[in-house]
Amino acid sequence: MMKAGLQEFSELTSEDCRMSWLFDNFDLVAELTLNHAALSFTPIFLGFVIALVLGWTANRWLLFRSWIIAGGSILYTIPSLPLFVILPYILGTRITDERNIIVALTIYALAILIRTVAEAFAAVPTDAIEASRAIGYSSWNRFWHVEFPLAGPVLLAGLRVVSASTIALVSVGAIIGSANLGYLFTNGKQRDFLEMILIGIGASFLIALVFDILLVLLGRLLMPWNKRTSLITNGRRILSSKGA
Amino acid sequence: MQFFLDALRWLTDPANYVAGSVSPLPIQDRVAEHLWYTFVSVLIATLIALPLGLFIGHTGRGRQFVIGFTGAMRALPTLGLLMALFLIVGSTVPFTQAAFVASIIALVILAIPSILAGGYAGVESVDPQTVDSGRAIGMTEMQILLRIEIPLSLPLIIAGIRAATLQVIATTVIASYISLGGLGAIIASGIGLYDNERILGGAILVTVLALVVDGFLAILQRLTTIRGSSQALPKKQNVRRRSHGSTAVAVKAVDERKEYVQSKK
Amino acid sequence: MFKAKNRGVGVVGAIATSLVVLTGCASADPAEEVVVGSFAFPESEILGNIYALALENAGFEVETQFNLGPRQTTVPALEDGSIDLMPEYNGNLLFFYDTENEARSTSEVDAALETNVPEGFQVLNSSPAQDKDAYVVTQATADEFDLVTIGDLSRLEPFSLGANPQFAELPYGLPGLASVYGVTDVTFVPIEDFGGPDTVKALVDDAVQVADIYTTSPALTAENLVVLEDPENLIASQNVIPLLNSDIYSDELAAVLNEISAALSTEDLIELRTRVEGDEKAQASTAAQDWLEAEGLLD
Repeated sequence: MMKAGLQEFSELTSEDCRMSWLFDNFDLVAELTLNHAALSFTPIFLGFVIALVLGWTANRWLLFRSWIIAGGSILYTIPSLPLFVILPYILGTRITDERNIIVALTIYALAILIRTVAEAFAAVPTDAIEASRAIGYSSWNRFWHVEFPLAGPVLLAGLRVVSASTIALVSVGAIIGSANLGYLFTNGKQRDFLEMILIGIGASFLIALVFDILLVLLGRLLMPWNKRTSLITNGRRILSSKGA
Repeated sequence: MQFFLDALRWLTDPANYVAGSVSPLPIQDRVAEHLWYTFVSVLIATLIALPLGLFIGHTGRGRQFVIGFTGAMRALPTLGLLMALFLIVGSTVPFTQAAFVASIIALVILAIPSILAGGYAGVESVDPQTVDSGRAIGMTEMQILLRIEIPLSLPLIIAGIRAATLQVIATTVIASYISLGGLGAIIASGIGLYDNERILGGAILVTVLALVVDGFLAILQRLTTIRGSSQALPKKQNVRRRSHGSTAVAVKAVDERKEYVQSKK
Repeated sequence: MFKAKNRGVGVVGAIATSLVVLTGCASADPAEEVVVGSFAFPESEILGNIYALALENAGFEVETQFNLGPRQTTVPALEDGSIDLMPEYNGNLLFFYDTENEARSTSEVDAALETNVPEGFQVLNSSPAQDKDAYVVTQATADEFDLVTIGDLSRLEPFSLGANPQFAELPYGLPGLASVYGVTDVTFVPIEDFGGPDTVKALVDDAVQVADIYTTSPALTAENLVVLEDPENLIASQNVIPLLNSDIYSDELAAVLNEISAALSTEDLIELRTRVEGDEKAQASTAAQDWLEAEGLLD
C-alpha cells in the first residue's frame, strides 16, 4: 500500500501539478513564513504585557475599568488597512519601517486582551484574595503569587485567541509592501495564481498551530497544577476575535 | 492632530454627499452598501450557524468540534480567503457580481465561527437544573430548547452575533481591494490618490459605523438579559452564582403545563 | 511550586525581552546600501528585480522593498529614505511632479523631467521600452461601433470606463478624454489592479465597455483586445527610467542601470510579463534573472 501511495505521489509531482511551485519556491515561502512569524510574536508579547498592567488596574480601580474597557472596544473597531497606512505619519517612522505594522498589531492585540485580562482578574475568587490579605501578602506579592496564577487559565485562553487573530492580521500588511505571507495572496491574485494563495493560507495556519502549541506548553510549564489546559468554559471567552 | 481635523472637515463637506458623483463618492451610497453587505452576510451566517450551535449546545455532541473549529477559523487569514474566493468565483461569475458573491461567501465564512460559538455557549450556560426541571414536568426536547434554552441564551447568542458583525464590518473594508464597494472604496481611493483626508475620513466612518452597530446590539443584549440570571453578573463576579432567572422561567413553564393539563380535563 | 513558576516566568521574560530588542534593532539601516523599490504590480516587480540582480552582480549591497503601492506611496518612501531606487515611467513621473506639463514624446518628457525632478533626486537614461496606458475595447465593441481612435468613443457614449482610481484625475484620464477628444458621458468604475486581471475581466464581461489596460499586458493578445489609437497624443510616452536618490549616485551604478535601459525593449516587457502572468507563472525574480543572462548583462 505504501508503494502504491508513493507511486501515485510521484506521478502527481511529475505531472504539471502546480504543487511543484511550492518545491521550486520553497526558499521564498520559508523566508516569508519566518518573517511572518517574527512579525506576529512581538505584538502578542507586548500586547499581553501592556494588557496585564491595564487589566489589573481596571480590576483594582473600578473607575478606570469602564474607561479602559471602553477604550479597548474603540480600538477594536479601527479598520486595519488605514491604520497601517496612516501610522508612519503619526509615529514619524519611515514608510517601510516594520515597526508600523508591529505597533498596529499590538493595538489590536491590546484591544482583545484588555477585556480578557480584566475578566480574568475579576474571576479570581474573592475568598482567595481575602485569605492572602489576611496572611499578610503585600499588594505586589498578592498579584504574582495569588491573582496571576488563579487568573492564569483564562489569560492563557485569551492569549491563544490573540495569537491566532494577530497571525491572521499580519498578512493585510502586504498591501503596503510588508514582506510576509500576505505577499502570496496579493501576488497570487494579480497573476491569477490560486495555488500561491492556498499555500499562503496553509503556511499561515501552520504558524498559528505552532504558536498555539507553544502557548499550551508554556501554560503547562508555568501552571503545572492544571492537569490539562482548561478549555474555555464560559462562552463569553470564545466570542472575541478581530477581523481584518 | 491636524490630520484628524482635516479628515473631519472632509467628512462634513456637503460636496461629498452629492448623489451621482464619481465613485467612490457619494459617502452615503458607500455607507449604505457597507451596511447592506454586513447585513446580508451576518444573516446568512446566522441562518447556517445558529441552529447548528443550538443543537450542539443542547445535545452536547460535537462540543470538541466547536471549540477546535472556532479556534482554527480565527487563524484564517482574511486577505487570503478573499483573494482565493475571488479567483475561484471570478472564473465562473461575471465581473459585476463576482466581487459581491466572493465577498459575501468570505464574510459568511468569517462570521460563522462566532455565531456558532454564541449559540453553543448560550445553551451551555443555561443552568442544568432548569433544563432538568423542564424535563421533569414533561417538556419535549424541542420545547425545552424553544421555551427555556433559547430565551436564556439570547444574551450570549447576541454577543456572538455582535462579534461576528464587528469582524464582518472590518473585513468588508479589505474586500474593496477586490473591487467591492462599501466604505473600503473610499479608503482605497484615498491610498491611491495620496489623500490622507480620505483615508482618515473613511477610517473614521468605518469606526463610527462599527461603534453604532455594536452599541445597538449591546443594548439588545442587555434587553434580553434576565435579571439575576447567569448572564447578568455584576462587575466583580464570583462565577458560580445561583441563577434565579432560570428558576423564574421554569416556574412559568410549570404554570403553563398546569393550565394545559386543566384545559384537557 | 511558586519558586518553579517564578523561575519559569523569569526565563521566558528574558528570552522574550531579548527577542523584542532584536526585532527593534533589525530596522537599523547600514549605509552604502542600495534599497530598490517597486510598484505593486508584476511588471514593476520584474523591473525592480532586474535592477536589484544586476546591481548585486556588479558588487553593490542590495536590499529590496517591492510592492509598496502606487506612486503616492513610493515617492514619500524615496523622500524619507526607505528606498533609494525605483524603476519609474517617465511620462507618469513627470505628471506627478507637474500636472500641467505639455511634454508628450520621449525626448520632450525626458527633458522636462530633468528640470522637474526635485532637489536630491535624479533620473538616468530612459529606455526604449515603453508601457503606456491605453484606452482598450474588445474586438466586438470595436467592430460594432467602428472604433479606431480614442475620439471614436463618442459613438459609444454613454459608456462605463474601468481604471485605477487615479485615472479619474490624471491629465490623460477622464479630464483629458473630455478636453482633447470631447468624450464626456462616461461612468467611471475604479478598479484597483492597474490593468490587471480584474480590469481585463471587467472589460471582457462587459461590466465596462472601455478599460485602461497597459500596452505590455499579455491579455491584449490573449483576449483579442483592441488598443485605440491616439492621434492627438493625449497619452504621453511612458519609457522605463530609473529614479534615484542622488546620494547613492555613482558612475558604476549609472553604468549598470544605463546598460539595462539600453538593452530593454517593449517586446522584452511583453515577454517577461507573459512568463510571469501567463500560464507559466514564473516568479518575477526568475524571469528577471533569465533576461539578464540572455542579454549577457551578468558576469
